[in-house]
Amino acid sequence: MRMFGALWNYRGFILESVKRDFQSQYTNALLGAVWTIIRPLAMIVVYTIIFAQVMQAKLPGLGNAFSYSIYLCAGVLTWGFFTETLTKTQNVFLEHANLLKKISFPRFCLPVIVVINAGVNFLIIFGLFTLFLILSGNFPGIVFIALLPLLLVQVAFSVGLGITLGVLNVFFRDIGQFFVVVLQFWFWLTPVVYPIEILPAAVRPIVENNPMTALIGSYQRIFVEAQWPVWETLWPITLLSVVLCGIGLRLFRQHAGEMVDEL
Amino acid sequence: MGAIVVEGVGKAYKQYSGRWSRLLEWLVPTWCGGRPRHQQKWVLQDISFSVEPGEAIGIVGVNGAGKSTLLKMITGTTQPTVGRVHTTGRVAALLELGMGFHPDFTGRQNAMMAGQLLGLSAVELERLMPEIIAFAEIGDYIEQPVRVYSSGMQMRLAFSVACAKRPDILIVDEALSVGDTYFQHKSFERIRSFCRQGTTLLMVSHDKGAVQGICDRAILLDAGRLSMQGAPDAVMDYYNALLAERDVSTVRQQQTDQGQVQTASGSGEARIDDVYLLDEGSGARLESVNVGQSIALVVDAHIEKDLPEVVLGYAIKDRWGQTIYGTNTHHLRAPLKGLRAGERLQYRFRFPANLGAGSYSMSIALHTADTHIAKNFEWRDLAMVFEVINADKDNFVGLAWLPPEMECRR
Repeated sequence: MRMFGALWNYRGFILESVKRDFQSQYTNALLGAVWTIIRPLAMIVVYTIIFAQVMQAKLPGLGNAFSYSIYLCAGVLTWGFFTETLTKTQNVFLEHANLLKKISFPRFCLPVIVVINAGVNFLIIFGLFTLFLILSGNFPGIVFIALLPLLLVQVAFSVGLGITLGVLNVFFRDIGQFFVVVLQFWFWLTPVVYPIEILPAAVRPIVENNPMTALIGSYQRIFVEAQWPVWETLWPITLLSVVLCGIGLRLFRQHAGEMVDEL
Repeated sequence: MGAIVVEGVGKAYKQYSGRWSRLLEWLVPTWCGGRPRHQQKWVLQDISFSVEPGEAIGIVGVNGAGKSTLLKMITGTTQPTVGRVHTTGRVAALLELGMGFHPDFTGRQNAMMAGQLLGLSAVELERLMPEIIAFAEIGDYIEQPVRVYSSGMQMRLAFSVACAKRPDILIVDEALSVGDTYFQHKSFERIRSFCRQGTTLLMVSHDKGAVQGICDRAILLDAGRLSMQGAPDAVMDYYNALLAERDVSTVRQQQTDQGQVQTASGSGEARIDDVYLLDEGSGARLESVNVGQSIALVVDAHIEKDLPEVVLGYAIKDRWGQTIYGTNTHHLRAPLKGLRAGERLQYRFRFPANLGAGSYSMSIALHTADTHIAKNFEWRDLAMVFEVINADKDNFVGLAWLPPEMECRR
């Protein structure tokens, strides 16, 4: 509780940092914030061309011209948010080693800043996506609000995992390297660019037990089929998020002091 | 507000024998054969002291004595391994100036940011901003990105932000070389004024003058332990002697008749027997000296072992321990070479006592080369105390007698 009190006292600093990180990303670039949009857009274009046109992969049962692009966006954008939060929190202590060693301030500010920042980036791109849906007449309607609990679970999951890895990463620098590799596999073992139905039966159990499958699947269900998520499928990841947040917080509190000596 | 209590504090860093040992220690629980696989390297041990609100404390010690670690524990960036550090009130540390400055942002933005990092609120900073800019003396540059600042300007701005609001405890690291001499004086004056208003000061320094000039008390750290605390001049003398005595620890301190602490040290291959002042004219021994009187400092010494070289140095100090003048036979280009055991020496230094009225002391050292650091045979602080009185000159103030030739045109 005292930790959150300290965070509240430093809210000015947190906000200012978020603003600064956002600005510094773009102040020296001519196109500024446009880059936040161009990057995932390029990815979506590439996947749309390769998967929808070249490989002729059609979503079973849906014939809309945009449906594959929407399917992709629903997965790629949220997955992007997931990896950005995860990789940033995982490296946050190492990156700010100097600050941590030299200045006394609530250290938990750092992951909070990083998460808010990733959130802002996500909101920009996702806002545009929503705008596109409305304009092209594909807005899913009331089920859109199901996003809120889903995103909440996702943030909890990535923050819990990120903090856990972030603390471990200070002591075992292999973790950071290792997770870059893990994320690559994880991406392809989650039905983000392909529908789960096209997988051979042998691989399916792995993908089905992947906690992110349920989450990404729910996003796709909302945007492509305009249906409420199947809430039962989300129990595992919700539970996992709570556990990971607990572990992360515990690790952080136990090792925060030692961490500074190690940086 | 502003008290510091350090109780039995120790700090150890963990050292693991290999890359995998830490992982093993973390993963193998105690009940199936897990054991600590690290060694503790203690950098600070058994440190206890307390500082009253408003006190000014100097911390001295050689490099690696643990000064920075101690300061970091008091500011709260590192945790002590054992013991407890307790502070009351707002702590500001001038350890790393300019931390968190981003080159692409303006001075004002950076000042806001740095201030908030130090725990000030945006509203407060907004209010203090004109003062910060004025103190840093960077004028219109405040709206320019910090990237175009000179390093001095950056330091000045950082100092102004760190000292924008009077803290209850101020921690200053020695290397407070903020900008040019002018700004150094200005920043030192700011620190002094905080002290006068009741801020507790903790300062790490090697500068004798700074410690004696500002601090009420000094603490000496040696090899991670608190080896002495007390009056600044006594601690600084002991520290100086210690510098010369890294290997042979023969530093002795004793109270003189006047209640001052005398420090003597040395390996003893050459010894000082007697130190006194003579009047140049009559050759009489002097206890008190008239301003401007021609006097001679006489040092009797003898050699215990054959030595290739001996240099004798002396320093006249005022009653606060500040050196007024000092030299040695190396600088006077007259070191003695090839000395035999049993030889007796008598040095005589003649000079006019161009000193202001007051009490002075003489420190004498026998050593080689240009300082006492390399080899120190005998070092004696307060080897002799004498009084300077103004018997026949016009009244003046200060430590030196610099009589001018005066003229005035009108």
